[in-house]
Amino acid sequence: MNPVNYLYLAALLFTIGATGVLIRKNAIVLFMCVELMLNACNLAFVAFSRMHGNLDGQIIAFFTMVVAAAEVVVGLAIIVSLFRTRHSASVDDASLMKL
Amino acid sequence: MENLIALLIAAPLFGAVVLLCGGRRLDKTGHWIGTLLAAVSFGIGVVLFADMLGRSADERTLTQNLYTWIPVEGFQADMAFQLDQLSMTFVLLISGVGTLIHVYSIGYMEHDERRRRFFGYLNLFVAAMLLLVLADNYLLLYFGWEGVGLASYLLIGFWQHKPSAATAAKKAFLVNRVGDMGLSIAIMLMFTTFGTFAFTPVFGAVGETSEGMLTAIGLMLLLAACGKSAQVPLQSWLGDAMEGPTPVSALIHAATMVTAGVYLIVRSAAVFNAAPDAQLVVTVVGAVTLLFGAIVGCAKDDIKKALAGSTMSQIGYMILAAGLGPIGYVFAIMHLVTHGFFKAGLFLGAGSVMHGMNDEVDMRKYGALRTYMPVTFVTFGLGYLAIIGFPGLSGFFSKDMIIEAAFAKGGTEGWILGGVTLLGAGITAFYMTRVMLLTFFGEKRWQPDADGHEPHPHESPKSMTIPMVILAFGSVFAGAFFEIGERFLKWLEPVTGYSHGNPPVSAMTVTAATMVMLLVGVGIAWAMYGRRPVPVVAPRGSLLTRAARRDLYQDDFNHVVLVRGGEHLTRSLVYVDHSLVDGVVNGTAASVGGLSGRLRKLQNGYARSYAVSMFGGTAILIAATLLMRAV
Repeated sequence: MNPVNYLYLAALLFTIGATGVLIRKNAIVLFMCVELMLNACNLAFVAFSRMHGNLDGQIIAFFTMVVAAAEVVVGLAIIVSLFRTRHSASVDDASLMKL
Repeated sequence: MENLIALLIAAPLFGAVVLLCGGRRLDKTGHWIGTLLAAVSFGIGVVLFADMLGRSADERTLTQNLYTWIPVEGFQADMAFQLDQLSMTFVLLISGVGTLIHVYSIGYMEHDERRRRFFGYLNLFVAAMLLLVLADNYLLLYFGWEGVGLASYLLIGFWQHKPSAATAAKKAFLVNRVGDMGLSIAIMLMFTTFGTFAFTPVFGAVGETSEGMLTAIGLMLLLAACGKSAQVPLQSWLGDAMEGPTPVSALIHAATMVTAGVYLIVRSAAVFNAAPDAQLVVTVVGAVTLLFGAIVGCAKDDIKKALAGSTMSQIGYMILAAGLGPIGYVFAIMHLVTHGFFKAGLFLGAGSVMHGMNDEVDMRKYGALRTYMPVTFVTFGLGYLAIIGFPGLSGFFSKDMIIEAAFAKGGTEGWILGGVTLLGAGITAFYMTRVMLLTFFGEKRWQPDADGHEPHPHESPKSMTIPMVILAFGSVFAGAFFEIGERFLKWLEPVTGYSHGNPPVSAMTVTAATMVMLLVGVGIAWAMYGRRPVPVVAPRGSLLTRAARRDLYQDDFNHVVLVRGGEHLTRSLVYVDHSLVDGVVNGTAASVGGLSGRLRKLQNGYARSYAVSMFGGTAILIAATLLMRAV
C-alpha cells in the first residue's frame, strides 16, 4: 500500500481534532480532540519513518506517547477539579482571569 | 623674615577658628582674644615693614612658598605668598585699621550677646583680606576674594533676626557673585593663554599676547573689581550693607572688601597697561561711579547711607586713577590709604552718634550734638575736613593728586576726566558739609524712639573714642606724611611704575580750581542747611533729589531688567517644560497605554480563541516557510 495514504489519513485526523478543539465547549471532548491531533502526528511520524527507511520517526512517536500520557494525567486532574468547583465542564465558563 | 608672612594670616585665622568653635565658655574673653590676634597680625606687619625699609628698593619683595596646593600635571597652584611694597601697604592698612575697629567693637557690641561670634567673623574677614593681598597667584587671590565675600555676608547679616539685614546680606552676596564670575573667567582665560596664573610669569608673558585677549582678561578683572568695590553697575549692594553693625560698615568701607577691587586692578597693572581699551573702560566706570555715589550721598537722610554713597564715590576716584595707567596707580593706592583713615573715622563717629542717640540713623532727627559729644564731634570733624580735601589734611593731597593725574591723561579724555573729578570734589564738599551740619550743628531735632524713650546723647566709652582719635590723627597727617619728599611715590614706584603724563595745566591751577569747587560745595550746603532750620520730615524735593533718595533707581532698574527678565525667562522655560518635554513624555506613555488597552482585549479568557490564534499563527508560519521554499 502506498504510504502516502497514511499521510492523508493523518491530515484528516488532525483536521478533525483541530476543528473539534475550535468548536466544542466540553473540556473532555476538547481533550479527546487534542489527543486525536497528537495521534495524527504520531501516524504521520511513523509513515515518514517507513517512507525514509529509518527509525527516527518511530522513536519520536514514542516520545510523543510519553508526553501525551503525562499530559493526560495533568489535564484530567485539572478538568476534574474544575468540574468539582464549578459543576460544569465547559471551557468557556473558566474565563474568570480576564480583565 | 619671609617665614613670618604666613603668620600674618594665621593669627586672625586662628582667632576666627577659636572663637567660632570655642563655644560659650569664651563669651567673657572672646573679644579680647579676637582683638589681640588682630593686633598680633599688625605687629608682625610692622616688623616686616621695618625689615623691608632696611633693604634697597630692588630687594624688597619677599616670597614664601608653604606647599603645593593643587599638584596636578600641567595645573599647579601653590600656597605661596608674595610681600612687596603694594602688599605691605595693604597689610598695614588692613591689620592696623582692622585692629582699631576691633577695639571699637569691644565697646560698641558690649550689650550684644553674640559678641564672641562677631569677633570671630571680624577675624575671619581680616584673615581673608590678608590672604587676598598676600597671594602670589590669582587662584589663591580668588580664595581670599571668596573668603572676603563670605565674611561680609556673615557680618552684614549679623543681626539676622531683622529681615532687612538678612535680605541685605543675601543681596551683597549675590551681587558679589556676579563679580566673582568675572574673576573666575579671567583666571580661566589666563590659564588657557599663559598656562599659569602666578603673578610673575603672567605679567612676564604679557608682551607676547594678543591685545584682544588682554582686553578680555582686563574687562573680566574689571567686572570682578566692580562687584567687590561697588562700582556701577554692581553697586547696589553697598547701600543695603549698612544693615550690618556700624563697625562692620567701617571695616568694609575702609580697610577691606571695597578696596579689594582697587588692589586687583593695580596688581594687574601689567595686563591693563597693555590693554588701553580695558583701561578706558576702567576710567569710565570710575568716573560714572564717582558722580553716581556723590549724587546718592547728597540726598540720603540716613547718616550711614550718606557715608556709603560717599564711599562709592571715593572708590570711584581710586578706580578712575587706576584706569589712568602708570600716571595714576600710585595715587589710587595713596587715596585708598588716606580714605581708609578718614572713612573708618567717619563711620566709627557715625556709630558713636548712633550709640548715643538710641540707634537713630536719620540725620534730620539729630542736630546740635557738638556739645554733647565733643570727642566724636572733633574726630568726625577732622575726618570731614580730610574727605572734602581741606588744605593740609590727608584727603587734600591724595585727591588733588588724582585730579592732577586725570588732567595729565592728556587730550579730550584728560579734560573730561579732570572735569568729572573736579565736579566730584565739589559735590563731596556739599554732601559731607550737609552731614556735618545736620548732625552736629543747628537746633535739636531729637525725637523719642518707638518705645517713647527720649534720647540722652552722651559721649561713648573710651574703647570707642580712642580708635576714633587715632584714626583722626591719621586723617590729618597721613597725606602730608606721604607727600613730603614724595615718600609714597618712591615707595610704590618699583611695583606699579610711574609716569608724569602730560598735564595741560600747572599743578597750582588744578589745586586752585579744586579749592574753588570745595568752597562752592561748602557754601551751597551752608546756604541750604546751615542758615535755615532743617525740617524734621524730609521735604518732597526735586526730581533729582527723589531719584537720588531711591539710589538713582538702581534697584528699580535691577528689578525691571534682571528680576522681571528672570521671571519671564523662567516662566517661558516652565511653559516649554510643561508643553514640550512633558508633552513628549506624557504622549509616549498615553499612546503606549492606549495601545495596550486595545491589545488587552485579545486576552478574553476563552481557551478556544487562544486556540484559534495558535492555529492561525501556525498556519502563517507554515505558509511563510512554504513561500520561502518556493522563492
